[in-house]
Amino acid sequence: MSSPLPTAVPVARCREEKPSVHIPIHRERGQREVFCGLTGIIWLHRRIQDAFFLVVGSRTCAHLIQSAAGVMIFAEPRFATAIIDDRDLAGIADANDELDRVVSRLLERRPDIRMLFLVGSCPSEVIKLDLSRAAERLTKQFLPQVRVLSYSGSGIETTFTEGEDACLASLVPQLQVGTAAQSSEPSNLLIVGTVADIVEDQWTRMLTTMGIRNVQFFPPRRSGDLSRITVGPNTRVLLAQPFLANTCRMLVERGATHIPAPFPLGVEGTTAWLRAAANAFAVSDPAFENATQAARARGMRSLERHREVLEGKRIFFFPDSQLEIPLARFLSRELGMHLVEVGSPFIHRQIMGEELSLMPEATRLVEGQDVDSQLARCREARPDVTVCGLGLANPLEHEGLTTKWSIELVFSPIQGYDQAGDLAELFARPLRRKHLLEPELPVREALPCN
Amino acid sequence: MQLTLWTYEGPPHVGAMRIATAMRDIHYVLHAPQGDTYADLLFTMIERRQHRPPVTYTTFQARDLGADTAELFKRSVREAYERFQPTAMLVGASCTAELLQDDPGGLAAAVGIPIPVIPLELPSYQKKENWGAAETFYQIVRALVPRTPIKADTSPLSSDASARPRANLLGPTALGFRHRDDIKEVKRLLELLGIDVNIVAPYDASPADITRLPNAQFNVLMYPETAMQAAQWLHKEIKQPFTRTVPIGRNATRRFINEVASLANVDPTAALHELDTSSRAAWYARSVDSTYLTGKRVFVFGDATHALAAAAIAQDEMGFKVVGLGTYSREFAREIREAASRYGVEALITDDYLEVEQAVANAQPELVLGTQMERHIAKRLGIPCAVISAPVHVQDFPARYAPQMGLEGANVMFDTWIHPLMMGLEEHLLGMFRDDFEFNEQAGSSHLGHLQPAAADAEGRRAMLRLVAARDSTEMSRPESGATHIATDDLSPTDESDTATTRPNEHTNLAAGAATTSEPAWTAEAQRELGKIPFFVRGKARRNTERFAAERSISTITVETLYDAKAHYAR
Ligand code: SF4
Ligand code: SF4
Repeated sequence: MSSPLPTAVPVARCREEKPSVHIPIHRERGQREVFCGLTGIIWLHRRIQDAFFLVVGSRTCAHLIQSAAGVMIFAEPRFATAIIDDRDLAGIADANDELDRVVSRLLERRPDIRMLFLVGSCPSEVIKLDLSRAAERLTKQFLPQVRVLSYSGSGIETTFTEGEDACLASLVPQLQVGTAAQSSEPSNLLIVGTVADIVEDQWTRMLTTMGIRNVQFFPPRRSGDLSRITVGPNTRVLLAQPFLANTCRMLVERGATHIPAPFPLGVEGTTAWLRAAANAFAVSDPAFENATQAARARGMRSLERHREVLEGKRIFFFPDSQLEIPLARFLSRELGMHLVEVGSPFIHRQIMGEELSLMPEATRLVEGQDVDSQLARCREARPDVTVCGLGLANPLEHEGLTTKWSIELVFSPIQGYDQAGDLAELFARPLRRKHLLEPELPVREALPCN
Repeated sequence: MQLTLWTYEGPPHVGAMRIATAMRDIHYVLHAPQGDTYADLLFTMIERRQHRPPVTYTTFQARDLGADTAELFKRSVREAYERFQPTAMLVGASCTAELLQDDPGGLAAAVGIPIPVIPLELPSYQKKENWGAAETFYQIVRALVPRTPIKADTSPLSSDASARPRANLLGPTALGFRHRDDIKEVKRLLELLGIDVNIVAPYDASPADITRLPNAQFNVLMYPETAMQAAQWLHKEIKQPFTRTVPIGRNATRRFINEVASLANVDPTAALHELDTSSRAAWYARSVDSTYLTGKRVFVFGDATHALAAAAIAQDEMGFKVVGLGTYSREFAREIREAASRYGVEALITDDYLEVEQAVANAQPELVLGTQMERHIAKRLGIPCAVISAPVHVQDFPARYAPQMGLEGANVMFDTWIHPLMMGLEEHLLGMFRDDFEFNEQAGSSHLGHLQPAAADAEGRRAMLRLVAARDSTEMSRPESGATHIATDDLSPTDESDTATTRPNEHTNLAAGAATTSEPAWTAEAQRELGKIPFFVRGKARRNTERFAAERSISTITVETLYDAKAHYAR
């Protein structure tokens, strides 16, 4: 298989074992209703601006990306699919030769591309097309112009945001190896996970003000910047997104230290997250206050308006992006919402450790999915807000529930102080809207059925 | 392997989903990994359906492979039956499961549920969505329609003469382009002819309804893409003839009325009279205001049914000139080729979006009639566009009644196609007073406040130049769009803003393109003069002038050349 990722559960060299899980986690298995890891391409191709993502898969894979992207990307996108056909399967055409031909044609068309990802899919995994070998071969052919890497975004191995994890993990070997300095003083802070440019800029300003000078973001905006990112024993890793376990493990294997922290969602989460970084770099309390205080106050103010709408309301999360736990923590602690059920496709006990210790004790946490029984529980509970994927949202609205599409939470700037209000608004808006349209509360039957 | 940026059609199992989702009381158990569940959103978001598609996905994972994917499939069948209580079940595999060779049909039979189970063999690595829809519908019909020969006394064909004739409507599916409204329109035509509708299928039909298909004298084949196979089978097996004319456009509707009348043995006079007296589109096309439509260059691309119809309407009912005709439906390539030769153009049979884009750029049409993809192409090139065929996006599932077929369909198309164009007098005024500070070409049509802002037009022209230039060049590099739009954005019409986004590397590309072209060069003065020609005919003027120059080996185009060419082509 082409996946460069060993799938073993990471424990080996991870230092901060803190399985402070005091809440029982219910595991569920059944039909899942989530995207596969290919979907990550939709934001990753915008993030790394000189990279191209070539899915090696079926028409289904091509259709998935195009449907999830809404066919709204105007120009030629920086992603495409090499669609495997029956000639490749029957061995009439050698799949590797075919791939080389497609890649050559692509790179001819797009001389601006510096990095090409061959992205594995279920079909390429099942027919055991070795994309890592193909990537090596093609790299030899196209260097120095283009480096070719590979990872798997297949649905049999990755769920939605795990595609970003696989992609970043494939980039880790491209980073500069930091040599062990004499002292164990931290030298650089590496923030891992794609966030909006604006969020990144805000954090850079704040961390610099605190006195943390060497802040780097991974993935970088251009592939050429990869070699400027250092990973070594003096590197401190701070995850900006929760779904990056493999990437985290690989960085730790290169000597870096993971800073355990909650995630920077909401004011409290952002403070704790920045605080964890500050502690790792021995930033003094006054320096921390000085750097964060104004934005923190602004963030708190921005939540007030939304608390009026959300306080006391009940919310139900279908599993989607692994952001569910930090989001639920934010909504419950800062906006006073009641958590009916928090589903997550996968719960990494270490990465979520800090978050879980902040969760209300009685929260019903569900890992995995069995969509039909989840739907049954959701209908039974009739929450005020249901967070779910695009396939479920309109049908649930039709049943009179108010929904929030979870995919928007991955595609919008929601992290940090100045986005805390926007994040709260994403949950408050459906409720406000429902109130605007149906102040008397709905007569569902009156809606035409199509 | 085929390099694909956008696809016109999904995989064949999505076609099967379009059938299952259109129907009632049926359930589809699909052996597929979790990511394939994306297909639900096509129906719930794009078509805004209020129910989940009746599909259970097994969502096997890597750890299930080899071990017990077959057992997983059987469990899914059993549970789906218990939970949803369908009266028939479809079972099949998506592309990945096809490789596992678990044999969904055999496994489902082994489960032994007490309803008809219809196995679907949809080769994902060969076939596509429309084929999958047609095959699925055919398999359903074949499995459920009783094949026992109809006894003479119960045969609808021999029923007493006083009873009204009955017809089935075949082909409308979920996610179809205006299928919902076309059904109503065709029913109206049949009503005018005094014919009852027996069953509409697959749209809103249950498996029980399918068994009643034989209770009609004939079938109206609404969409050959999805129902040709089933119609042919019904013709062969139970001697139900079917219609060949798809009633899109006034002329086709007239032919349809006559065809149906002869199949049902009824008098078409009343229906024809209604067509002749009530069509607003016919009168609008004839009204003096429409003179400006004469000879407008139109590029048509879509599924075969809609492309054929649109081309015929464009040429014969609107007075346009068809300068390009194509389809992504390879199954109907022959029909498209025949039609194309009638219009004197070469048929474009392809599902390669880039090839279509290049063809549109080369043809330099004044209006594009296409799918969602051509909408993008046209926008990039700054050409007006109307959507006539699937695949379409959420905005092409309008809340209002907007059929394509029948009387009202003709009216709807007249409006939709004319809407993006510049009004006749407006065109002249623009030509005469070019520099009016607010009433100028860059302001766009006065009735389309939001469309074609200055940047879009400039961008469109640059894109057009680049594409035309790329014809002879082996290498074609292209810039990125400004913003990514995701499905969540689609409910608001924000995509217009894309056109106004500046593209920093545009100019370099343009330069690169220009350097490799061998076409005659324009003097600065001639360029300026060209710029004074209203933009909606400028493409034609440019093309004509360049052809004129090339034919005479003129390497530099001056103002003189421009006017010489104008005089030449005016003859
Ligand atoms: S969080 Fe990172 S360092 Fe800790 S156990 Fe997980 S992978 Fe290892
Ligand atoms: S789940 Fe697998 S087959 Fe389906 S779209 Fe994702 S990678 Fe492709």
